[in-house]
Amino acid sequence: MNRINQLFENKKNNILTVYFTAGFPELNDTLTILKSAEEAGADIVEIGMPFSDPLADGPTIQASGDKALENGMSIAKLFEQLKDMRKEISIPVLLMGYLNPVHRYGWDKFLQQCEYCGIDGLILPDLPIEEYKSDFKDKFEKIGLSNVFLITPQTPNERIRMIDELSTGFIYMVSSASTTGAKSGITEEQEAYFNRIAQMELKSPVQIGFGISDRGSFNRACEFADGAIIGSAFIKAIQKSGSIDVNVKNFISSIK
Amino acid sequence: MKQKKSKYLADNQGYYGEFGGAYIPEMLMHNVEELRENYEEIMESEEFKSEYKSLLKDYVGRPSPLYFAPRLSEQYKTNIYLKREDLNHTGSHKVNNTVGQILIAKKLGKKRIIAETGAGQHGVATATVCALMGLECVVYMGALDISRQAPNVARMKMLGAEVKAATCGNQTLKDATNEAIRDWINNPEDTFYIIGSVVGPHPYPNMVARLQSVISEEMKVQLEEKTGKQNPDYVVACVGGGSNAAGAFYHFLDDEDVKLVAVEAAGLGNETGESAATTVLGETGYIHGSKTLLMQSDDGQITEPYSISAGLDYPGVGPIHANLFTSSRGLFKSATDEEALSAAFELTSLEGIIPALESAHALAALKKIDFKPEDVVVVNLSGRGDKDMETYINVMEKD
Ligand SMILES: Cc1ncc(COP(=O)(O)O)c(C=O)c1O
Repeated sequence: MNRINQLFENKKNNILTVYFTAGFPELNDTLTILKSAEEAGADIVEIGMPFSDPLADGPTIQASGDKALENGMSIAKLFEQLKDMRKEISIPVLLMGYLNPVHRYGWDKFLQQCEYCGIDGLILPDLPIEEYKSDFKDKFEKIGLSNVFLITPQTPNERIRMIDELSTGFIYMVSSASTTGAKSGITEEQEAYFNRIAQMELKSPVQIGFGISDRGSFNRACEFADGAIIGSAFIKAIQKSGSIDVNVKNFISSIK
Repeated sequence: MKQKKSKYLADNQGYYGEFGGAYIPEMLMHNVEELRENYEEIMESEEFKSEYKSLLKDYVGRPSPLYFAPRLSEQYKTNIYLKREDLNHTGSHKVNNTVGQILIAKKLGKKRIIAETGAGQHGVATATVCALMGLECVVYMGALDISRQAPNVARMKMLGAEVKAATCGNQTLKDATNEAIRDWINNPEDTFYIIGSVVGPHPYPNMVARLQSVISEEMKVQLEEKTGKQNPDYVVACVGGGSNAAGAFYHFLDDEDVKLVAVEAAGLGNETGESAATTVLGETGYIHGSKTLLMQSDDGQITEPYSISAGLDYPGVGPIHANLFTSSRGLFKSATDEEALSAAFELTSLEGIIPALESAHALAALKKIDFKPEDVVVVNLSGRGDKDMETYINVMEKD
């Protein structure tokens, strides 16, 4: 069983996932942040692979990606940083990013490296479901890699059912129609959507992301789903001056 | 306007050979699917066809003339015709597309229009139809382009559009497109995105090509009148994203005796890297929701193109052109800044027509082809040069 499934087997709620961009604030911070996040009690970590044109991201994640690219981050570099990760890290680790750099790196090599480094899942928002099914599903499953699909308030129920069937890790429930970090807090309208999804009793665990920024919004989201994902707010916290390790731990303890 | 069947046009999934498709995050799916499910039915309805036709005729001023250019023909020892898209209302071919898309947006009940623009021609064409239809209009434009295309920014504002500066990346067309897409993600219900070229996720490339196909539809009739034959030997057009070229090629795609010449911007020269010639410098990848050829680094980061012409300053090409290139159906050429400028001055002095800098790239390709005296060559003159006067004035002052 892969680490994601194991986690959801053992822990049923309040699962905290943090997202940060590889190579940010400094090129070699990736592993430090990963370690500090695990020590501070994050349940899952998503590492963003920076891209020049991140369509689904708001200003905070865009800026972190630009800085990371300036620092020299690339997929090749990231795998180099992560090659001995599993000697120290035991929580699930996912990579999140856009199709073009992965395509350019080469899919076969990319999947090999994911397996080698011990990556548990991928989130590639611009990979079409149809193409996942026809070209990648078998390859992912063979190496125990979960593909995480997104759903939004506009996703029709029928499509959610299909995504649920295909999911082997968890479903990423985008909290509102927005880019990352654009809106914060949870409105009544969003609660109605969260309730609608909760009532569908999906087989896959669900995590809510986008606009979750503090203990209040995290706890509120966890009333409707298995856990929640914090991205922009986490990135803002780790770029504060001072020790990265301390910043990561302070932020995570402010949530849990 | 029913979809023509052609191996060079989109299949049902929006693929041109291996290119095209819809590579978009779930957050865009609702908007794109809504369009995909409805656009063909709308475009094939009698209501749309008659409104579109009458607006093109009475508002845009179509058909645009097909002008035999005698002195230019003499210069190149062949028979050159200019398809005068520069004479359209707002000054370029872009309006053919915006008139069509605004009708589709209205049919879908949308209240708010967004667009991206590079040179500002598409932004002006969008702001114009929004004024015409009384719809709210927001145009995203790279901060750099805002400063180098001031007259078009003023036109958009006068037309009632809000011009929002894209300050990410190099602050040009690619970045404006990113910002427009982000706006659409944040406004999934009431907003329609009028894309300005044959780029973006399916169904945009196909929809925009069909709306621009009026160019070649008219060419056939006009050529028949003037030469006795519907088909020329060459059709020449510049390619940024590729909408004017797609429209000019459309009805000739399957007539393989017609050579289709696509001209990209080579900036300071392809060997310098300061270029926007995607088929020369690009590799297969994904940009703005479409699989196509695009300029990128070895790490798969999209690189910044360069051209003197803001309308050609885009790191990708529409998937229809990626396929025309790889299948060798299209003949791809590129012209540098300098070659385009000299072609612009040549047309002006020989024919009294000041072309847009983009269209000047198409004209520059005339020097790169060996024409026979009996050949019939149509150059798609996609726009007029008013917006480029500052650049032309600088050239005159230097000489
Ligand atoms: C006059 C003119 N021609 C050509 C273009 C390039 O666009 P496309 O390749 O889509 O025709 C532009 C774009 O701004 C333009 O303004």
